Amino acid sequence: MEPKHDSKWAKFHPMWDGFYTFLFTPGETTSRGSHIRDGIDLKRTMFMVVLALIPCLLFGIYNTGHWHYVATGEAGEYMDMFGDKLIYGLIQVLPIVIVSYAVGLGVEFIFCIKNQHAIQEGFLVSGMLIPLIIPADTPLWMVAFATVFAVVLGKEVFGGTGMNIVNIALTARAFLFFGYPTMMSGDKVWMSGISDLSRETLEANGVTGATQLGELASFTGPKADWIYPGGLEAFQAKWSIMDSFWGFIPGSIGETSVVAILIGAALLLYTGIASWRIMLSFVLGGFVVGILSNMGAINPYMELEPLNHLVIGGFAFGAVFMITDPVTASQTNTGKYIYGFLGGALSITVRVFNGAYPEGVMMAILFMNVMAPLIDHYVVSANIKRRTKRLKTKTA
Amino acid sequence: MSRTIKLRKGLDIKLVGEADKVKTTTDHGSNFAIKPPDFHGLVPKMAVKVGDKVKAGTVIFADKYKDEVKYVSPVSGEISEIVRGEKRRILEVRITADKETSYQGFEVKDTSSMSSEELKSHLLTNGLWPFIKMRPLDIVARPEDQPKAIFISAFDSAPLAPDYDYILHGENEAFQAGIDALAKLTDGKVHLTTNSDSAPDKTFIDAKGVQLNKISGKHPSGNVGTQIHHIDPINKGDIVWTVNAQDVAIIGRSLKTGKFDASKVIAVTGSEIKNPRYVRTIIGAPISAVLVNNSIEGNVRYISGNVLSGEKVKLDGYLGFYDSQLTVIPEGDEPKFMLTKGWLGPGTGKFSINRSYFNWLMPNKKYTLDTNLNGEVRSFVVTGEMEKVFPFDIYPMHLIKAVMCNDIDLMENLGIYEVAPEDFALCEFVCTSKINIQEVIREGLDVIREECM
Repeated sequence: MEPKHDSKWAKFHPMWDGFYTFLFTPGETTSRGSHIRDGIDLKRTMFMVVLALIPCLLFGIYNTGHWHYVATGEAGEYMDMFGDKLIYGLIQVLPIVIVSYAVGLGVEFIFCIKNQHAIQEGFLVSGMLIPLIIPADTPLWMVAFATVFAVVLGKEVFGGTGMNIVNIALTARAFLFFGYPTMMSGDKVWMSGISDLSRETLEANGVTGATQLGELASFTGPKADWIYPGGLEAFQAKWSIMDSFWGFIPGSIGETSVVAILIGAALLLYTGIASWRIMLSFVLGGFVVGILSNMGAINPYMELEPLNHLVIGGFAFGAVFMITDPVTASQTNTGKYIYGFLGGALSITVRVFNGAYPEGVMMAILFMNVMAPLIDHYVVSANIKRRTKRLKTKTA
Repeated sequence: MSRTIKLRKGLDIKLVGEADKVKTTTDHGSNFAIKPPDFHGLVPKMAVKVGDKVKAGTVIFADKYKDEVKYVSPVSGEISEIVRGEKRRILEVRITADKETSYQGFEVKDTSSMSSEELKSHLLTNGLWPFIKMRPLDIVARPEDQPKAIFISAFDSAPLAPDYDYILHGENEAFQAGIDALAKLTDGKVHLTTNSDSAPDKTFIDAKGVQLNKISGKHPSGNVGTQIHHIDPINKGDIVWTVNAQDVAIIGRSLKTGKFDASKVIAVTGSEIKNPRYVRTIIGAPISAVLVNNSIEGNVRYISGNVLSGEKVKLDGYLGFYDSQLTVIPEGDEPKFMLTKGWLGPGTGKFSINRSYFNWLMPNKKYTLDTNLNGEVRSFVVTGEMEKVFPFDIYPMHLIKAVMCNDIDLMENLGIYEVAPEDFALCEFVCTSKINIQEVIREGLDVIREECM
């Protein structure tokens, strides 16, 4: 089966290799250096992350169905019409997952054949992340476009897996966010099928269509524009912290349920695949800015409790799956604390102080991705300074 | 003055096949070899040709660029073959040994009354010099250097490592004689570092003229590089010499008796060995003779040294010059189906530092690991895993990348002078991307040797 190097199929060898090594760990042995090796490889590492994302995906599918039927006014309680919601969610979400994987892996294979490199496993995770951080109504052609953009310009131009500067999935989301803002924000996208419903129907069903963040952002404007003239209390009467924690809120497919995210986090931390340093400091960073904004509050948004900040929007998802991407994060342990903390702090800062971007997590993480090498540079410089100092004390 | 160093980072890989504390003597076999590649970077200038008769202690070859450094025959006999590899590089000088070893003796001198220069030339001419290695670079020491200290590790913490407390028990005199000689070679201290987690043998405790240090923790606590880093780190321009504990005794014994006595005790270990134990043998002995009474079946790998930094040898190959251990483990050259033994399998019998396999449930289980890479070579993706097993104030991944892009300034700044390939053995073991890190570090050291030393 293996294409010989002199046959006309030779240039497809990376593709064959990709499928073969997927099925079998090859019999390749160590030649020198350490004769035994750890059982882990990149495939298993990536698979663990995909596994950790499954609870988010499952919850996202159901949640998509739920908010669709809320918008149409057919379902009131969360567990009503369980089967219908599930089927609706599957119909909406699965095509996005399939398109994301098919397009992304297609691009990867093209580059592997062109460069004659073995296919690397990075996209296994990116392919799952992309669907989870976009609204369920995103048209499939947009998903495909964004995926191509992210894989080619986010990753392949830098040399492929392990070489990228910014997170692939967030690159795809940022592409959609800036390229098609009406499909990625506002109040027409967060409940699946909402754009087909008339304004009257929505009003009759008591649905605004905005996410919590969109509603909260109105607080940053003049009082006349507030969605809740009653201020924060009116907001919290509609959205309780517990609802947000469980994920019974509209939002991107996989980001809503903190519970599902925590299950994934537990797996990643327990297996040691994601850095607890980054996760912890990211949450801390967000929390601290939450407290600070409480202290200097001049509008109801700034009064929102720090804990509430952590469970709404994409903060939890970003903390567990996005900021921890080892390729784009700081690589030194000290750097990881700084990187995570600043990431979390910036997320909440953008959220609270910039009404134009209701969700700050994507911006903050992309920004920190770019800053990570700088953080590492200073951490490593400190190490170098210690070494030069030792040399100087000796010669002095 | 002694101090205890506690390491919090490191990793003990528990393997099947630890040697029982039994010393056996086997027929040494009749084929011996001295292998120039054991001495990294050496270009040998041959002093003998095929058919020459040699005695134990006769010069076989010298360093082409430093011809005072001589390498001698461990046994007496006849030069049977000079094996050459690519570009006619000499790989092995094979010697057919006599039944009874006869020695080319040398004058027994009182080392305490010799000057350091006299002692140096005494060691050099009689073939005892190559036992002394230097850091940085991890090569045979250069006679013209003034080392700031000499380091000896009294234990080996690698998987299935030989127990020097056992090997050198009762060798007090030889060991002390070796220490006395080494102390002459430096103006600084001779550091002897023992394992504070166990009671060291009297040979080490009673050693005089050394600074006794203690270190506790997992592997690589027994690596001399780790000890140097925590006791008296190497700065740019410093030279430190290191000698293996058993080689100290060889130096001492040879100086006292006036003959090059290359006999040593090695541990024969590994999951494929039926009766793992200690064997009394001679440097350069054939693997098959060391393995006698340990018939081995199946597809296995023979390693002269330990599983982390040893050299792959063949059954008809020879023990390495510095090695006190022979390890035999299964080869892993069969493809493994993803769901059973491959990357997605439950992974019983696999060992990993991260918990995606279930080995963490059984911290005391001993493993039979094979030589499979357990994956394919990838770019660096995962970060932070090397730091868990690398007890140096050095950023391993940054140093590796500096070597890969051949940035000499950066290598110097990040601490290339303080490391040897074996210090990175565990990093290589845990690397998810399966990169041959020890090879990379060796390349870096070669560049430094060429450009800076």
